[in-house]
Amino acid sequence: MTDKRKTRQGWFQSGSPWIWMNGGAVSIAVVMTLGLLAVIAVRGLAHFWASDLIEARYVIPGEQPRPLIGEVVESEEVPRERLAGAGLPVENEGSEFMVRKLIKVGNRELGADFVWVVDNWLEDVSKPKDLVAIERREWGNFYGRLLAVKEQGQVVAEGGAAWPALQERLERAKDLHDQLNRVERVDIGAINYGMERLRLKARELELEGALNAEAQAELDRQRSEFQEQYRALEDQLAKLNQALARDSIVVQPSTGQEIELNLAKVVDIHRPNAMSTGEKLSFYAAKVWEFVSDEPREANTEGGVFPAIFGTVLMVMIMAVIVTPFGVIAAVYLREYAKQGPLTRLIRIAVNNLAGVPSIVYGVFGLGFFVYVLGGSIDDLFYREAAPTPVFGTPGLMWASLTLAILTLPVVIVSTEEGLARIPRMIREGSLALGATKSETLWRVVIPMASPAMMTGLILAVARAAGEVAPLMLVGVVKLAPTLPLNGNYPYLHLDQKIMHLGFHIYDVGFQSPNVEAARPLVYATAFLLVLVIAVLNFAAVYIRNHLREKYKALDH
Amino acid sequence: MQTPTHGIDISALGRDKRSLRLADETVAIEVPQLSLFYGQKQALFDISLNIPKQRVTAFIGPSGCGKSTLLRCFNRMNDLVDGCRIEGVINLDGTNIYRKGEDVADLRRRVGMVFQKPNPFPKSIYENVVYGLRIQGIKQKRVLDETVEWALKGAALWEEVKDRLHESALGLSGGQQQRLVIARTIAVQPEVLLLDEPSSALDPISSLKVEELIYELKAKYTIVIVTHNMQQAARVSDYTAFMYMGKLIEYGDTDTLFTNPAKKQTEDYITGRYG
Repeated sequence: MTDKRKTRQGWFQSGSPWIWMNGGAVSIAVVMTLGLLAVIAVRGLAHFWASDLIEARYVIPGEQPRPLIGEVVESEEVPRERLAGAGLPVENEGSEFMVRKLIKVGNRELGADFVWVVDNWLEDVSKPKDLVAIERREWGNFYGRLLAVKEQGQVVAEGGAAWPALQERLERAKDLHDQLNRVERVDIGAINYGMERLRLKARELELEGALNAEAQAELDRQRSEFQEQYRALEDQLAKLNQALARDSIVVQPSTGQEIELNLAKVVDIHRPNAMSTGEKLSFYAAKVWEFVSDEPREANTEGGVFPAIFGTVLMVMIMAVIVTPFGVIAAVYLREYAKQGPLTRLIRIAVNNLAGVPSIVYGVFGLGFFVYVLGGSIDDLFYREAAPTPVFGTPGLMWASLTLAILTLPVVIVSTEEGLARIPRMIREGSLALGATKSETLWRVVIPMASPAMMTGLILAVARAAGEVAPLMLVGVVKLAPTLPLNGNYPYLHLDQKIMHLGFHIYDVGFQSPNVEAARPLVYATAFLLVLVIAVLNFAAVYIRNHLREKYKALDH
Repeated sequence: MQTPTHGIDISALGRDKRSLRLADETVAIEVPQLSLFYGQKQALFDISLNIPKQRVTAFIGPSGCGKSTLLRCFNRMNDLVDGCRIEGVINLDGTNIYRKGEDVADLRRRVGMVFQKPNPFPKSIYENVVYGLRIQGIKQKRVLDETVEWALKGAALWEEVKDRLHESALGLSGGQQQRLVIARTIAVQPEVLLLDEPSSALDPISSLKVEELIYELKAKYTIVIVTHNMQQAARVSDYTAFMYMGKLIEYGDTDTLFTNPAKKQTEDYITGRYG
């Protein structure tokens, strides 16, 4: 007995329990992180896979059989009682649980696009190879059969010949659509922008009282130039639209009627059941690429998230450009010049506490001060011609970046200060002893040596800023921004524009979407993408920091 | 005359120092009277001594005796210490360096300093040497290149590093780093070189190299060296000052001080009875 107790005591004294506890804590943290990533990755990335389509008859006892075409999205076991409670004619015998499936049947214009079915009541389940999934620009996916391909209303291919005939026409339609998009977005967008600038110019001259006949004539001349260009583009647009409307297809949904669908409304058509694994993989890659490179469609529930990625990255970069000099300068003053006394200590405590203020508070501050006060004053001073439309007096990219900059300022200050404190005294003395002044010593030796610490601060700032959503909703992030904040129109970077943001996109798609089932996978996919974007930003910063560290490594003896 | 050796054999060094007399030397730094306080605590008590020009003067004494503090007064390094206050005057070439309006940066250029631990900047060897010149705004590449060469030659480092001038100075060994710091200091052509225990962090061979360097440098510079190592003081210095508890106990030519000290405290220290 005593022996045993001794062993146990010895075990405690050896420190093994501590090691086990610490190791356990680390393992739990690792498992949680990996689990989180795995969940959002699997749920999000599975969305882009071309799953097989099933065709079946759904027979609820005592009702008319109903034909179904669609893809199985989810499958779960439900207690028999619950199904009975939902008013379904479930028999009382058999196993306690029944399998229930969520099937995406698409064809939203014909009814609900997702249905729950009880697995036992599905009959004649098959996977015919000729089923097509059509991704449309409106109304979501269409599932059914391809009957015929028409050109100018005349059938050109039918039955088995329809699918091969379709391919070339689909390519043509996609190509035309891209051209159309480019004309609308880029060319006409530029003209609209130019016209708006002319209007502002005229208003500005008017306000200055300098709008004489000569200036007016010049403005009119430019305006008519734009109008001429616009008319030319309009013609081009009309031609493209006409060409695009040439082809159409006849499709048949599960309910059997014939529907004519213009190819202008089609994004893509594929036959998942006829695809080999290789084809599915390349389709998957194309889909993922579309997700990261395309613009959103249909209230953000379809298409890509490129503007949101772009907005997030650009905003974080502008924030970094603002916060780094500010934070570094403040830290240098606090550490190097300020007299270390109670006041400095108080300021330091205040700065540290700023990091703990809830981010929404910064958002409110940003709205109240940056947008209304600062932005309002800027408008009054420099953009009087635009009134009453606000330019900077409304939420926008600049204010979002600035709000995030003050949100992350404490992090940069604290880590820069720590970095400065770590520079050995003898290095500073070495520089001073050579006849350098204090500021020369700072700029030539101390600050370069502290730059890795500044980068650490920046990394933390970027990590925090990229994930913030709450304050941004108040100061510049919107559900859908029509143009990117960086584009071909002078002055190229539009700090006054509203932007899209991945974090807000998740919120928007998840909570504000009209079609929750369709949007859910996108929530996961966007979340995964947000994590990736932050990781990429961080890795870039870490890479730079390690490079600096290597360059300025302190004396190690 | 029979010389008591106290364990240090001066004659074995092979350097003739016997003809030196402090009174005959030109004065480089004159300290008529100097006291120094750290807050309330007095660290130096009425020090008065003259540092001769183009000679090596060593400060010896037990730890905490104030020898480094005194050394750091000569280039006003003590200004950086909070609560440090000085009473008295130090004349460099006849001007008080503690007068109002003294350009401290320029003073430090004229009075170079080498520290206990080698402290090269995390830059290339080349950039370390030209640092002081760049501070002065010298940009001509030819001038910089020439300075690097003669300064490194002057510090007996040129042969070892001439092929890797643009590599990081942190890749050098401790002894090389210390010689680099000396090169960096002489590159700005100071009048006085202050060496604060320059070889205490070095291995014996590097230490010897630094000592040889000091011996060569004294032809051009006034050198003041603080050292813990009495053999080193005896080997390299022309004059030696022994300090104890913030006071200057004895100051004279090295030979006499080591072989025939006037004060009992000095004798006790150099014979190893305390310290």
